[in-house]
This record gives sequence, structure tokens and C-alpha cells, in this order.
Amino acid sequence: MADLKQAAIERHPDHPDLVTINMGPSHPATHGVLRLVLRLDGERVVDCVPHLGYLHRGMEKIAENRTYLQFIPYTDRMDYLSPLAANVGFALAVEELLGIEVPPRCQAVRVLCCELARIGSHLLWLGTHALDLGAATVFFHTFKDREWHYDLVEDLTGARLTTSFSRVGGVMHDVEPKWVERLREYAEAMPRRVDDYESLLTKNTIWLKRTQGVGCMTVAQALDYGVTGPVLRAAGLEHDLRKARPYSGYERYAFDVPTGTQGDIYDRYLVRLEEMRQSCRILIQAIRELPDGPVHVDDPKIFLPSKQRVLTSMEELIHQFMIVTEGFECPAGEVYHATEVPKGELGFYIVSTGGRSPYRLRIRSPSFNNLAILPAIVGGGLVADVIANIASLDPVMGEVDR
Amino acid sequence: MGEGLEAVELLRRRFPDAEVDAGTFREQAWIELKPEQLVECAEWLKDDPQTAFDCLLDTTAVHWPEREPPIEIVIHLYSYRRNDRLRIKVRAPLTGPVPSLAGVWRAAEWNERETYDMFGVHFAGHPDLRRILMPDDYTDFPLRKEFPLYRG
Repeated sequence: MADLKQAAIERHPDHPDLVTINMGPSHPATHGVLRLVLRLDGERVVDCVPHLGYLHRGMEKIAENRTYLQFIPYTDRMDYLSPLAANVGFALAVEELLGIEVPPRCQAVRVLCCELARIGSHLLWLGTHALDLGAATVFFHTFKDREWHYDLVEDLTGARLTTSFSRVGGVMHDVEPKWVERLREYAEAMPRRVDDYESLLTKNTIWLKRTQGVGCMTVAQALDYGVTGPVLRAAGLEHDLRKARPYSGYERYAFDVPTGTQGDIYDRYLVRLEEMRQSCRILIQAIRELPDGPVHVDDPKIFLPSKQRVLTSMEELIHQFMIVTEGFECPAGEVYHATEVPKGELGFYIVSTGGRSPYRLRIRSPSFNNLAILPAIVGGGLVADVIANIASLDPVMGEVDR
Repeated sequence: MGEGLEAVELLRRRFPDAEVDAGTFREQAWIELKPEQLVECAEWLKDDPQTAFDCLLDTTAVHWPEREPPIEIVIHLYSYRRNDRLRIKVRAPLTGPVPSLAGVWRAAEWNERETYDMFGVHFAGHPDLRRILMPDDYTDFPLRKEFPLYRG
């Protein structure tokens, strides 16, 4: 963060051609509260300095003072476009620390959550990205479909945004057959919707001129900056944690990892569109092969017992009381666990000294690291392309600032 | 198959004096290095084809007030070529200095800025060590253990 009193437009005393302008933190095209200080030579960007922290809530500090279970709602508020996926990432990290594994049905339900979240996140990205570049029609289409997505999320979790659906040791509750059927309809219809979006953009001359050859990065550059996810894949590296280090049973599903060749905005666009189709593919497989059985571990010290049992058994009542008021004990140790969320690699590094809350929780956020490359790809380009570049990196400030 | 075990073995063989401590938990290996050899080891870990840690995922710190020195810098590396992770640690006094890895992986630049911002640890050789999340005129370091959650 820097001094907001700085003038919005400032001329350099020695180089009168250089103008410094301020963009954000409240700007529709910065996708949240990102602030950039741009030094311009005419329309060319000479220098770009991002200022972060406007959405910093100190989540890592808060985590040290909460039980593991109490931190789950905070993961909703990191990447608020895909809370379902962040819930899974955190639950898996704590489960790794505990050394437990959830039953197959729970794993499959979590895959449904992750892929649903990916499609929802990419829908918002596509709509706003296109809107930023003047293609408002796409925005209306993706937001209509996003409403469909949110109806599914709401019926699953009871909330549109603050889902808190995955818990340590399981998921909140089992999925209903009727809901699964509606999810299948969604997954079967979405690829055609993606084709529709493509018909608006992929061969659209204005879109091509604004995106092709703009904001290029090489694989080496991307690795150097710690860029992950679709942005890295668009640069040409075929890497996806769901393939490289499968978690939650991802090894059971057939899907492709799309990559680009130029690493420009257009490639990032194509990669994310294909990811939406592949997510639908995974959803359909997961629904077809959805195993039977429980959706949480059978350990009343970790996972809340069912209400039925709480009301009829003293033992279960005590377990529920203990989990809610005091949480559960974790062994001393440290783990790093990462999942492939829509933005890239979301990692949780947990240091435990035993006890009911983490001694230290570090959130390795994909958006933070992806955003770090922004000055390098906008330098020398046009000021209008800064907006296109921000949208194509798809940062979520809730996750950048935490 | 554990994470980073092989790399720790190789690192030991290449730099026999650099190791301070090492361990494994849940099959994730970590090694603590002497600060003065950190950059040298990091460069080797990145460039040697046997380790090939081409990406720095994360830099952070853990504050242990009762230990001396109290700051533990934790670095997570990832090798895309070998699909392997490694956790490196370095101990440092409360305000540092710790050698910066920004010259080895650019990703360290923002991550070290955040570590400085939250813990007040200085990274020697960092090109632009400023606060990143908190305001520039802020004076505290919130992730230190003595920083209270509530001030009322």
C-alpha cells in the first residue's frame, strides 16, 4: 500500500513526456481493490507498480487463534469466486496433518465441488474479461449461466458464496440424488454454452487484435515468477496438480490438460475455455461413478456426529459439544498440501505443535504469485492492454491479500 | 516415496557442511541450512539436473519467541521436471538479515516482501524490500507472536 494522497496524474519534472497515473484501488477493471501506479510515455507503459493490501484481513494471524474447524469459513473468503474449491484444499491439508483419508464417496463429492467451482470461477472471468474489452454481450450470457451455477451451489450448501461445505474429515452432508441429476444436466449443457461463448469471441477480429500477441510470457519467465494454473499452462507447460499429484481421487477420471503456445492473452482465454469443457467431462464421470457409502470419516472426535445420534445418545452429544466448543487435537508436525484451484496452486503450510489450532498457517495463494508477473508483461505495452492483462491473469484480491 | 528425500540426500553429499538439521513428517522432507550457504545451495538446487527445482512456490517465516534465534524462514521449492517438492529452512535473528533468494527465483521477491511486512525480517540483497500488504507508515509486524489479536 502507498500514500493515497499522491496526485492522480503527475508529470515527471525532468521528463515532461512521462506521466504517472493512478489506477484503482476502486476501478471496475482491476477486479477488486488492486491499485496500480503506471508511468506512461504517451500510450506506452514505461513502468507499472502494483500496490496490494486493500483487502488484507490478516487471515494467517486469525488462523492461529481459531480451531481448525473454525477456519473453514475463512477459506470461503479467500477466493470468493470458488469457495467450494478452497474449502476442499484446506480440509485436505488438515487431513494430511492428521494422517486420515476420507471415504470414496466423500472424495467424489469433493471432486464435484472442485469442478463446479472451476466452471463458476471461469464464467465470471470470461464475462468480466470480455466486458473489460468492450464485448458486453458475453458478460450477459456468462452471468445468466452463473446464476444457474449459483442455484446449484445454493441448493447444495444453503449459501451462494459462504459455502463452508468441505469439513475436516468429510463434507457437510451427503448430496441428494435430485441435486446430482440437476448437476448432470448442467454438466451436459455447459460445453454447448462454451461453444456459444466461443462463437462470440474466438474468431472475432476485435477480440483477436486485443488479445493475440499481447501480454506474452515464456515458460521460463512464468516459472521464475512462480506462476501456476491456467496462466502457466497457456505459456506452454503441461502441468496440472490434479494429474501430477492427484488428490481426492482425481486419478480415476479421464481429462485433458489444455496448453497454449504463445503465452499471450488469447492462449489464456483458450486454455480456460477448454478447462471448462474438461471440468464438465470430469463432472459427468464423477456423477456416473459416484460410489455409495458415507461422506465423512467414522471418527466422532474429528467429524460431527449426525443430529439423529446426537439427540439419542449421550456419548454423541458429548462429542458434538467437544468438537464445537474446543475442536479436535492435531499431532505436532508440519505439512504443505496443495490443490489445483481455478487460479492455480493453492497451498496450505500448517505448522502444528499439537493442540487445537495451528501454531502457524501459511496460505500460498495462486493469485498473489500470478499477479507478481503483471509488471513484466505490461511493460512496453499499451495502457489499454494493462486492463486486458489484469483480466487474463484472473487475480482475486481476496486471495491476493488474504 | 517421500517428497524431497532424494534431494536432501543429494544436497548433503554436495554441501556436507551446510546442514544444520533435517527431518521428515508425513513423508515430506525438510532440511535446515546455514544462512551463509543458503544462496549457494539454492543456486545448485535450481541448476543441477538431478534436483532441478525450477520454481520457488513460497517463502514465509515462523516465529518461535522461546527459541534462539527466534525466526525460522521456510521456503518451499517445486521441481516441475521431477514433480518433487522440498522444504528449506533457515534460522535468523528477529530482524534478520537473511540472504535473499530473489536473485535465484524472481518469485522470492514478493514473497520476501510479505515476510518482511509480517515479521520484520530483513532480506539482504533484496532489490526492493518494502511493505506489501500493510500501509507504508505502519510500524508493527503482525505475524510476530507478541502481536495481539485484539487491542481493546
